[in-house]
Amino acid sequence: MKSFIGKRAIASGVSLVVLIVIVFFLSRLTGDPTNLYLPIDATQEMRDQFRQMHGFNDPLIVQFGRYVMDLVQGNFGNSLRQARPAMDVVLEAFTWTLWLAVITMVLVTIAAIVIGSLAAFRVGGVFDRIATFFSLIGAAAPDFWVAIVAIVIFAVNLHVLPTSGTGSVWHWVLPVGVLFIRPFGLILQVVRGSMISVLSSAYVKTARAKGVQSRSIIFVHGLRNAMLPVITVIGDQAAAILNGAVVVETVFGFPGIGKLMIDSILLRDFAVVLAVIMVSALAIFIMNLLIDLAYALLDPRIRY
Amino acid sequence: MAEHLLEVRDLSVEFHTLAGTVKAVQNVSWYLDRGETLAILGESGSGKSVSASAIMNLIDMPPGKITSGTILFNGRDMLKMTPEERRAINGAKIAMIFQDPLAHLNPVYPVGWQIAEMMTTHGKPGAESSARALELLKRVGIPEPEAAMRKYPFQFSGGQRQRLMIAMAIACKPDILIADEPTTALDVTVQAQVLALLEELQRETGMGLLLITHDLGVVAEIANRVVVMNSGHIVETGNAAEVYRNPQHAYTKKLIDAAPGKGDIPAERERQGEPLLKAVGLKKRYGSFHALKGVEFSIMPGETVAVVGESGSGKSTLARAIVRLDDPQEGQVLYRGNDLLAMSPREVFGLRRDLQMVFQDPTQSLNPRMSVFRLISEAWVIHPDILPKAKWKERVAELLVKVGLKPDMADRYPHQFSGGQRQRIAIARALAMEPKLIVCDEAVSALDVSIQAQVIALLDGLRREFGLSYLFIAHDLPVVRDFADRVIVMKAGEIVEEGTVRQIFDAPRHPYTQALLAASLDPDPEVQAARRSACHSNKGLVSA
Repeated sequence: MKSFIGKRAIASGVSLVVLIVIVFFLSRLTGDPTNLYLPIDATQEMRDQFRQMHGFNDPLIVQFGRYVMDLVQGNFGNSLRQARPAMDVVLEAFTWTLWLAVITMVLVTIAAIVIGSLAAFRVGGVFDRIATFFSLIGAAAPDFWVAIVAIVIFAVNLHVLPTSGTGSVWHWVLPVGVLFIRPFGLILQVVRGSMISVLSSAYVKTARAKGVQSRSIIFVHGLRNAMLPVITVIGDQAAAILNGAVVVETVFGFPGIGKLMIDSILLRDFAVVLAVIMVSALAIFIMNLLIDLAYALLDPRIRY
Repeated sequence: MAEHLLEVRDLSVEFHTLAGTVKAVQNVSWYLDRGETLAILGESGSGKSVSASAIMNLIDMPPGKITSGTILFNGRDMLKMTPEERRAINGAKIAMIFQDPLAHLNPVYPVGWQIAEMMTTHGKPGAESSARALELLKRVGIPEPEAAMRKYPFQFSGGQRQRLMIAMAIACKPDILIADEPTTALDVTVQAQVLALLEELQRETGMGLLLITHDLGVVAEIANRVVVMNSGHIVETGNAAEVYRNPQHAYTKKLIDAAPGKGDIPAERERQGEPLLKAVGLKKRYGSFHALKGVEFSIMPGETVAVVGESGSGKSTLARAIVRLDDPQEGQVLYRGNDLLAMSPREVFGLRRDLQMVFQDPTQSLNPRMSVFRLISEAWVIHPDILPKAKWKERVAELLVKVGLKPDMADRYPHQFSGGQRQRIAIARALAMEPKLIVCDEAVSALDVSIQAQVIALLDGLRREFGLSYLFIAHDLPVVRDFADRVIVMKAGEIVEEGTVRQIFDAPRHPYTQALLAASLDPDPEVQAARRSACHSNKGLVSA
């Protein structure tokens, strides 16, 4: 197990290094941030001083060397925009997004598993048809559209929920609700399909011959076997939110990592962009480890 | 009318499918009493399992439908009970075990839990259930029962898994145990042990045993009475020994005649001249596992050499090594004096057509997206020198006739055929190459007895017509006795005994060969009874 984690860490580390190199140079190719930060009537002297201060005058390769040296010492650079350490800015935003992802995915997982399993129990029944109908709509709905329509209905017309920002529990309802829809639709379909094949398996027949109750057949005998393909999809969807639900966070003005990323790119806040990438990569790495652990936990054939 | 423990009266079951309504069983009636063993004998598609599924409420409705009949258990009609009442009977009063225990045990729960669940489901407290599960594991002969409680199904052997299923089934001391092909997937020596265990448990508990099987040998070994089924109808019923000795119905007669391993062993042919194929010192390792440990044998032109052995003996590895599907690490395979293993891929390609293979499962070995014509003519696409394209159609038709199919079937696809027909297509495909040697890896094992007899007759006819040689891999000894000239007995990667059919079957020398033959079941109940009493007098022979 330890060697497995080690191998994974090395592989992920290598890709992270490659990614940092590419992003570092690509982002500097977009141009000099000086014009974005200084007023339009700033003097040439002020501009030169700004460049000098942030080292934009040095050749790219020197800038890169300096960045790597700082990185080795645990210094991720400062945010141009907020004039404080880039990592502080990123971790703050990441905490918001982490909560958003955790709350959304816990709700999605519970809802999709319960509803998907029940739908699979009577394939073609009324419940199955309704569940399938809504899950397909959910999987297909574009989130930017849903987000705007949700604001129009619940905030603008009904005045029951805030349009954007943070501050109270109610501020979470719309972002979570909108982010819920697509993963719910997708995962419900996977749960249903997986459960249908599990329920027609030989060991479920044995359970029926033992006189086991239907509820136990679904949630004890069936579910654990049906979860294996589902976990992969749950991981994918959680990673998508962690990586920045850019559209939804922007629409709702949610101070998460997706919004931070897009703002930093637009303002050429290089240190923050690179720090966002590193934190997201680490999050994805941990996420994948958790998925593998969940696999081993659920299926003894993988464990041994 | 006396009341029986379980009685099925006038049962008819239909299945509604896209292709139309299938009448799975029609007006089936039978009964089972306490302490007796009733066998339902039939080939695939005969409906032999349907009444058991109806008893256990395992028929999915729809597409299934019970159109007539009653199932009386202790005098009450089960078909009129509520689902709750049915569930209380399932497992507690009537328990069932199945053909493939690996698939029928839940892969993700420890076996101790699964056995205990049988009891907790029917109201026994958890701790008590676990204690009894441990007791049951000991009773059915699982080694290290305490550790086994926490193990998972995939960590046991096939025979042990069936013992686990049996432990689970008898956990609530049921009145009836239904066993659906309980030993079909097992090696012969393991089959003998499992059947012996079932008999012992029946003697102990006095339960009624309903055995569903296609195997006359199993019926002869264990059943008191037999119900013979064919295409959804009961054709004959009666005392097992009497039905075997004096079958009334034409179908029963046909079934008994088709059972292999009877009659005289054919005269031996002299081995002379150069062998067609000779294997020298074949060794194959998979990691630290030695699948072949220096195997040597030869096949003469026109000769059938059978390789018998239990699972894991290395017989399939041998077959694959001979046709170079899998290269052994050491040794030679001399085909007409040339070492196949030392040849370049180009040289092997030239010889491929001489060496063909027929696999166990034609459903998997024939490409489902290719028509029969393409499956057979593909041989000539790869080896264009065999036949000019203009003659392909004619030749495919000829080959189909040769294997007992019709020329107009060339446009159909594999799924439109039965298992036996598919195996004929696989044979026609092999013949298209005009081979000298055909390696048959369990080629008839998956087929019903009567189909098996037909395919064996076909292979035998082709041998005489074309002078073909066969390397015939099998676990079924009676088939080998009928078909082979020589027999190689393998165990754990080694040849333990080799000889003519007469030598092996009439005077086996190696104890393993003797154990195999002793465990192999004869279709004649009287022969089986005699063997059993002989076996009881010198116990220990079969305890492999």
